[in-house]
Amino acid sequence: MNATRLLPATLVGLILLFLAFPIVVVVVVSFSSATYLTFPPPAFGLRWYSAYFGSEDWLRPTWLSLWVAAATVVLATLLGTLAALGIARLPRALRVVAAGLILSPLIVPVIVVAIGIYYAFSHYGLVGSPIGLVLAHTCLAVPFVVTSVSASLAGIDPRLEQAALSLGATPGGTFFQVTLPLIRPGVLVGALFAFITSFDELVVALFLSGSGAVTLPRRMWDDLRFAIDPTIAAVSTLTIVLTVLLMGCAHLLRRRAERMRTA
Amino acid sequence: MSEAIVRPFGSADRGRLARIMNMSGRDARGPKNLVPLLLAAPLLLFMLAFYALPVVTMLMRSVSDPAWSLSHYAALPDDAVFQKVFLNTLYTSVIVTLGTLLLGYPVALALVRTRRWAPVILILILLPFWTSVLVRSYAWMVLMGRHGLINEALLAAGLLERPLRILNTPLATQIAMIHILLPYMILPIANALRQIDPSLARAASGLGATPWRTFRQVILPLSMPGVAAGVLLVFVLALGFYITPAMVGGPREITLSMLIAQQVDQLNWGYAATLSAVLLATALAIIAACYRLPGIGNAFRMNTR
Amino acid sequence: MAGAGRGASVSLTDLEKSYDRVAAVAGVSLDIRSGEFLTLLGPSGSGKTTTLMMIAGFEMPTAGDIAIDAESVVAMPPYRRNIGMVFQNYALFPHLTVAENIGFPLKQRGVAKAERAKLVGEALELVHLPGYGERYPRQLSGGQQQRVALARAIVFKPRLLLMDEPLGALDKQLRENLQLEMRRLHADLGITFIYVTHDQEEALTMSDRIAVMNEGLVAQVGRPEDLYDRPSSRFVAGFIGESNFLPAIVRGIEDDVVVAECDGALLRALCPGRMSPSPLAAGEKVMLTTRPERLRFADGAWHSPSSSGAPQNRLSVTVTEAVFAGERCRYMLQAGDGTAMVLKEPSSAAIRRRAVGEQAEIAWSVADTILV
Repeated sequence: MNATRLLPATLVGLILLFLAFPIVVVVVVSFSSATYLTFPPPAFGLRWYSAYFGSEDWLRPTWLSLWVAAATVVLATLLGTLAALGIARLPRALRVVAAGLILSPLIVPVIVVAIGIYYAFSHYGLVGSPIGLVLAHTCLAVPFVVTSVSASLAGIDPRLEQAALSLGATPGGTFFQVTLPLIRPGVLVGALFAFITSFDELVVALFLSGSGAVTLPRRMWDDLRFAIDPTIAAVSTLTIVLTVLLMGCAHLLRRRAERMRTA
Repeated sequence: MSEAIVRPFGSADRGRLARIMNMSGRDARGPKNLVPLLLAAPLLLFMLAFYALPVVTMLMRSVSDPAWSLSHYAALPDDAVFQKVFLNTLYTSVIVTLGTLLLGYPVALALVRTRRWAPVILILILLPFWTSVLVRSYAWMVLMGRHGLINEALLAAGLLERPLRILNTPLATQIAMIHILLPYMILPIANALRQIDPSLARAASGLGATPWRTFRQVILPLSMPGVAAGVLLVFVLALGFYITPAMVGGPREITLSMLIAQQVDQLNWGYAATLSAVLLATALAIIAACYRLPGIGNAFRMNTR
Repeated sequence: MAGAGRGASVSLTDLEKSYDRVAAVAGVSLDIRSGEFLTLLGPSGSGKTTTLMMIAGFEMPTAGDIAIDAESVVAMPPYRRNIGMVFQNYALFPHLTVAENIGFPLKQRGVAKAERAKLVGEALELVHLPGYGERYPRQLSGGQQQRVALARAIVFKPRLLLMDEPLGALDKQLRENLQLEMRRLHADLGITFIYVTHDQEEALTMSDRIAVMNEGLVAQVGRPEDLYDRPSSRFVAGFIGESNFLPAIVRGIEDDVVVAECDGALLRALCPGRMSPSPLAAGEKVMLTTRPERLRFADGAWHSPSSSGAPQNRLSVTVTEAVFAGERCRYMLQAGDGTAMVLKEPSSAAIRRRAVGEQAEIAWSVADTILV
């Protein structure tokens, strides 16, 4: 390996280190047994994990986040999949408008979305309510579901539907026996993204949580503002593990779907 | 020869067949097809009710609070606080975009070029990408704090006598935001690079171009759509960033989104709505300006492959 | 009311299909007999695939009628037409095994599981893929996938099978093997096959009859040998096989043969399609056509089989190119008025090879000369 190839490789290596290192740091700190935030930690232990699991103050928001995320997944996946199926067959003009509305949460700055929803929901009486969170998170998660399902749909050979019809399947039968199984990976990937979007969501939760529906990210945020407690490192590590597991599954699902498609 | 019973093909038949035929798109152009609309309607209505109308109604406060007028907007040019915050937000976004571009392009190149290390590189990009913004910002708090890794390491190496104040400075915001937005720059560029026909580089080489020349004159220009997509994405996201500047940024350098949040806390809805409208308009204006550029569509595709 | 035999009869009457203002099919009328193997042959854009799609039910005609077994099916959705169909890229369901793919149409018809398995097994035997039931399409080669597609299309015993360029994606050797298999399958099953292709060799090999299509219309329908020996138009003559075209001027009519002058020589030609509708006038410019392998050198050792005794046409030419192509020799010739021609004769030690620049006289049978 000569110098001209070593230099860029080192550069890229450093940048990748820059990318990965902070995550590693959080994980390491979570196993520290010091009471304040310091790195490297003087000693190791699981005290912050027991602090987390032993505290109702932490577990309640965790459960709430899980429930809200689960409800969001159901709602977003259902609405999003139906919409993706519909949008694919709309005439061009309508399709652009519909897709624009559905995908706009990806573009609109989240603070604007957050205060807009807060503004309206405070009139509906949905602030401080888990339902309000579910409704808001669904809107934020749906773009991922629609994108994923649409991509899956687009990858289906249109001749497959024709083949099914020619073989005697009704349009309904074709949908359930051919289309649905083939978009299943897209739906699952979308569902996983929806879950993570809701579980990690903070900005909207800051406004909508109130005192009655405190999510885990909201709890972490409050903690960081008022007391720097390494328990957060433990919580963070756990959420990292959860996210990585779910996103890893999504990634593998997508690869598998692609492999199945290539004849 | 069988005797064919020829029935004239009437419009009633055409209509009935078209309705059944909405599965194979082509003939769906004729009679209006309700099924697709019915499928999309629930979500569209849902988002109108719980997202679009709320946001629009809130934005309307910028012209309806306290009475119908454009006074809020008219007051902006004289609003020193707004000017300072807006410029700071733009400035930070520009710095962050440049930073991610400079750091991200080499990584994208590496990702596309090596076959051996590609999975490893991809994991190192995706892992932080999949971690929540809150956790990543927290990680930087840990690193940049008075007793954080950076200070401890520099002290231990004898390069410092007292811990540096890194956290709660503009620099901290920039570093953290670059870190968080880097994957959003790398992935579109890698996508574009991957689509470049490999025989082009070989052709250039065969025609006598050095590797650097080949890169500069063939690869770089062809990767521009990906670069444009990445720049657009990172810039627009950076404009709206809230969590990271709030957590690691300096108390005197706040971003537009932080100002908006402050105003909402103080119930200055009219002002908050005005600021939101400006933020949204800025983001939309930039997107609209770049929309014509080729390859932009890829920016909003969640492809990590 | 089903016709006699196992195959369906198909009648297309004034079939039209237009998109916006472009007519893909501009008025096709065709009667396809029960049990025959009919090919729709034509270049891309000729409307052959669109016609097939209308028969299948995936495109709606803008005018005209389609009757299968004397019953109009135009208002019938594709899933009720009971037609087997094979697509160019096979369209096998990737998420189902081979057995599930083949069993799919049986499932739609409510066939019980045990019966399904039996029929699927039989179908697999028929296409020479026994035991492949548990594999997935992506594990099969192109030729195997095509056979599975065939099996799937016939397992429910349709009376009509439609095929849209099914062998297009395969290499030459595989294609030829599968062509023979399809011929055999057709003979075994006895059902009607409608086959679409742009490959005229394929059409000539496999079909009972060929309908040549061009620009949305049927140019000529007939048996392969009829289309080859008696093309009714310049297009058909040029599209099927190789043809020589000789511009000539009408000089007269003798019985049912036209006499025309080409390059100073009087040639005689048959006009299978022309005599009654518009009698030819003297001085009219026409085009005569003949096949390269029907020509021979008048003084040569090779006598084309159709030449003995029959009236001959003769022409003086110069040899411009001579190519040895394995079993044949190909000569490019030029007549006095610049008309280019091709002559093919078998290559053999007994036949003298001509040299470039050589003058020669060629002869061929009047029966092999057609006015188009």
